[in-house]
Amino acid sequence: MEMEAVAQIMGQGVDPFIFRVSLFVLALFVGYYVVWSVTPALHTPLMSVSNAISGVVVIGALIAVGVDLAQGASMGSKILGTIALTLASINIFGGFMVTQRMLAMYKKKN
Amino acid sequence: MDANIEAILYLISGVLFILSVRGLSSPETARTGNVLGMIGMGIAIIVTIVGLGEFTDPLTIGMIAGGIALGGGIGALLATRVPMTDMPQTVGMLNSFGGMSAVLVSVAAVLSPADFNIVDVATNAISMGSSIETSLGVIVGAITFSGSVIAAGKLQGVISGAPIVFKGQHPLNALLTIAALVMIGMFVVTGDATWFWAVTALAFLMGITLIIPIGGADMPVVIAILNSYSGFAGAIVGFTLGNTALIITGAMVGSSGAILSYIMCKAMNRSFISVMLGGFGGEVAEGAGGEVETRPVKQGNADDAAFVLKSAGSLIIVPGYGMAVAQAQHAIRELTDELQAKGVSVKFAIHPVAGRMPGHMNVLLAEANVSYDDVYELEDINSEFSQTDVVLVIGANDVTNPAAKTDPTSPIFGMPVLDVENAGTVLFIKRSLASGYAGIHNPLFFEDNTMMLFADAKKMVEDIVKAL
Repeated sequence: MEMEAVAQIMGQGVDPFIFRVSLFVLALFVGYYVVWSVTPALHTPLMSVSNAISGVVVIGALIAVGVDLAQGASMGSKILGTIALTLASINIFGGFMVTQRMLAMYKKKN
Repeated sequence: MDANIEAILYLISGVLFILSVRGLSSPETARTGNVLGMIGMGIAIIVTIVGLGEFTDPLTIGMIAGGIALGGGIGALLATRVPMTDMPQTVGMLNSFGGMSAVLVSVAAVLSPADFNIVDVATNAISMGSSIETSLGVIVGAITFSGSVIAAGKLQGVISGAPIVFKGQHPLNALLTIAALVMIGMFVVTGDATWFWAVTALAFLMGITLIIPIGGADMPVVIAILNSYSGFAGAIVGFTLGNTALIITGAMVGSSGAILSYIMCKAMNRSFISVMLGGFGGEVAEGAGGEVETRPVKQGNADDAAFVLKSAGSLIIVPGYGMAVAQAQHAIRELTDELQAKGVSVKFAIHPVAGRMPGHMNVLLAEANVSYDDVYELEDINSEFSQTDVVLVIGANDVTNPAAKTDPTSPIFGMPVLDVENAGTVLFIKRSLASGYAGIHNPLFFEDNTMMLFADAKKMVEDIVKAL
């Protein structure tokens, strides 16, 4: 009985979905305050770095490429995963590199 | 690797992404922030590959190496080659790739649910929650993809920048939305994948029908909104995968795009809804309010402009999209150097919607080595125009239009504009008297203290430098 109560307080009875929603909502708030702190002069790099970090969908692409055909997974997943991996890589490399290129241009008066 | 360690590493990667955006609060910290973002991405990729477990089949290894090498190569080429003036459509294209990746991953998850851990043990099919998540993932991702392709096409000039409107457009969009919701419902209830394919196809169509009516003047808002959507599409994939890094990043990018579109809408005095409904800037307004301008225009050449600038003590330069088109930023920097050497104070005033994306002008000026200390935002500099001798407007139009303050019938009435008419003299470089991008007539051209310099922006600025 006591263990069960502890488990409930620790949130073990909570659906993982609720944890994900909690994380998402908190991240929205963090995003809200962090993005408002970005100087308007850097709004273009903000958009390109957003492109780069949204490339983190690469995680899903890698899982899709790595599906196990021997366990009955679909070849379609592997192929689509490879395309997604390529596109996400364009975002990651293109996004970070073009951001770096832009940021290198911002100079103070010498 | 232990699942808990994996989760912690994904969390670290998410935190590094937050810091990469946080760094952009000032140009000094921005570069470090960008490097932190790269490290976060490196962690996420390595943890995921290690987490796939032992795989030795050459197919998987080849696909992973090939995909990263091909995508990385294209990305690197794009990043080093793209001219800074083409950044809006570049961001548009990258938004579309983000959306498409989310679609592909969601589809792959539906094809191989066991590998994505989304199978309900009781029914041995995709769990109900995951079928909702994957459907939302393809909808948001596909709308982002096809919408971004249209937006990038409009910015690149491949598709007409004019809004494409037809009768029954709004009812059609409403109908498509309802149909999509019904299809999701059917997929979730019946588990029949046919509904999932149908909703995927429909979403690609919706991206086109939603963006095509929006005019070129509103593209900065659209690019920001699609940026936001690409983030939310990623977050939804994060829900399917139960991945912290993806959920955090998706929420961050989602808020970023939403805030930027809010800033843009506010700077144009437009509501988000009116932008999304589209049609703005379609008809070329024939003199706002129907009043035909009869006053003569004072016209000058490079020598006249040089004469005015030589005798000025202070100058504010207002750049707009025309500067980008003419690639005039380097010539402007030369002019700035020349005048500063003569003791003229030179500042730059940037309207939030100058150019075709947020911060577009700032990047171009930075590219031309203009110090960011000399570049001011609208609210910081607007009161200074009245104490300034000369304003030089280069390729900007609507953002200087005084009709926004004085003419209630003007389509841009109420939009915050730069008060350039308060300066002693306004030099206005423009190719012709044609209306601005929003198709609105500008009474500033006819003011007594305005001198119009009709020429290509780059050529005119170069000629002024020579004349000095």
